[in-house]
Amino acid sequence: MPILTYREALNQALREEMRADPDVFLIGEEVAEYQGAYKVSEGLLAEFGARRVIDTPISEEAIAGAGVGAAMAGLKPVVEMMTVNFSLLALDQIVNHAAKYYYMSGGQYNVPMVMRAPTGVGLQLGAQHSQNFESWFVHVPGLKVVLPATPADAKGLLKSAIRDPDPVIFLEHELIYLSKGEVPAEDYAVPLGVADVKREGADVTIITYSRMTLFALKAAERLAERGISAEVVDLRTLRPLDIDTVVESVRKTHRAVVCEEDWPMCGMAAEVIAQIQTEAFDDLDAPILRVSGVDVPMPYAKNLEKMAVPGEEDVYQACLRVTEGHRD
Amino acid sequence: MNRKTKLALLEMMLRIRKTELRLAEIYRSGDLTGALHLYEGEEAIAAGVCAALNRDDFITSTHRGSGHCVARGMPLRTLIAEVYGKATGCCGGKGGHMHMFDVDAGIMGTTGIVGAGMPLATGLGLSIQLRKTSQVAVAFFSDGASNNGAFHESLNMAAVWKLPVLFVCENNGYATSVSARRSTSVTDIGVRGAGYGIPGVTVDGNRVDRVYQAASEAVRRARAGEGPTLIECQTYRIRGHYEGDDWWEYRDSAEVEEARRRDPIAFWQAALVEDGVLGEKTLDEMNARIDSDIEDAVQFAAASPLPEPEQAFVPAHPQPA
Repeated sequence: MPILTYREALNQALREEMRADPDVFLIGEEVAEYQGAYKVSEGLLAEFGARRVIDTPISEEAIAGAGVGAAMAGLKPVVEMMTVNFSLLALDQIVNHAAKYYYMSGGQYNVPMVMRAPTGVGLQLGAQHSQNFESWFVHVPGLKVVLPATPADAKGLLKSAIRDPDPVIFLEHELIYLSKGEVPAEDYAVPLGVADVKREGADVTIITYSRMTLFALKAAERLAERGISAEVVDLRTLRPLDIDTVVESVRKTHRAVVCEEDWPMCGMAAEVIAQIQTEAFDDLDAPILRVSGVDVPMPYAKNLEKMAVPGEEDVYQACLRVTEGHRD
Repeated sequence: MNRKTKLALLEMMLRIRKTELRLAEIYRSGDLTGALHLYEGEEAIAAGVCAALNRDDFITSTHRGSGHCVARGMPLRTLIAEVYGKATGCCGGKGGHMHMFDVDAGIMGTTGIVGAGMPLATGLGLSIQLRKTSQVAVAFFSDGASNNGAFHESLNMAAVWKLPVLFVCENNGYATSVSARRSTSVTDIGVRGAGYGIPGVTVDGNRVDRVYQAASEAVRRARAGEGPTLIECQTYRIRGHYEGDDWWEYRDSAEVEEARRRDPIAFWQAALVEDGVLGEKTLDEMNARIDSDIEDAVQFAAASPLPEPEQAFVPAHPQPA
């Protein structure tokens, strides 16, 4: 199987969908001539031309609104926000329009738009450029929210997101664009709303998504050395949430740790934990633990930033705590 | 303008006025709740602009949008039933007076968020350009929205890309309770077009002929690929921001009385009589037609069922397999 970076996998998905469907177009800040702030749209202007790969002014609300309007007219825009931080300027179009128009119009219009954005912590980008907003989007009925962790999922999920009849928020972690993985050579798509068991285990379930999945897999390897068998469930899509796969795993392991890079308050982990305790309370042998980012705006100094971002060690320690007395 | 168009403009203004006054009457009786933002005195704008459009053109509208819906030919039955929150409304009772949609009439949403229709119209304009059709998109908005960031972003974007969009500013003097005098840096919002390098015209929004003329020229430009136009239509909001608004708290009744004397319908009716285009019989027939349509629609709406409880979950987004 070919090995691709996460970025190359996204690029392939865009290219293949644009070749397959003339209604698909890409629009955003410096997506065309500069080929994207993170070079995800490399080569697309050359292949598809300026009508389908469109550089915009720095006008996030109008970019998002242009996407919604074009989608209502039946096109399939892929809107790139340079980073998720700037999508705050477009929230009205996303929350009040993209998400609601299908319902509010009684089904007369759907909004088949994808909003892609780099998300998460970078390398010392400071508080305004190192944020996660998936829990904001996940809160809104009418949106679908996707955060792939691997190149194969990135490609397969982006293809499904573009084909989906609804608005999809597609968040790509900034620090995994260069991560590599096997990507099937044949045409495929990964369905939205289906979690993936990335590693099977028996003693504890680690439920996570996006870059934290990579930390969870590393932590699971170290836990195995201690004789603890960890199962890693990568949610991949946060809405619709595949709670069945989560619950099935927790029923098997009886212990759960939910991990996110995001702040803890009202975050995705809180939601997953609420649903697990409703569905599988009697199956639990220990309180569910949560690993989250530290509840402060991201500090700039390298050492402080490192302290604020959860990583492999945090996942590892949480799994030790939740399995304490279970093995040793 | 031919005789038929002149009469059609009058009939459309009357249809909007009478529909809304009937809604106001029902609202006062207590049979309607929710927020009702009425358009009395501004009818010449919706009638004049929409008369310059084709059936397949797009509009986006505002919280004060039923005039635009009527002018685009949305059936009164589905319009009034939606205001009643009935299952037979244009949105099955999910939208309400502020959120009207009609795919057959190119009504791409009357949004309740001030200014938000402009980015949407920009996107509709982009879709027209990408598909190379000859449609146009119209964003109706207000003086208040012209102070909003969406106005700036949309006009700039549409101008840069020469999109086929009409930005129709209904300057009715008030943004909720705050007068344009106190909130808007210019008297004539049309001058703001110059800031984007596009034509910006200011017309008397109570003169349906002038609105129609300005819109027709803007539509011609748009269809010819010459880009967007900003049309400011100066008018006056006769009613409060919403039904039940204590409008006397923030403006003199003398100001309102003065505006009533510039009524767009009375003006046009007198002009047509003077022109020899409109006789008593024609006017009576027109009124009878409108009254009968409105009564039919009100009865239809009142008799229609409420949405079934399970309709709260419909339309459901298709779940991925």
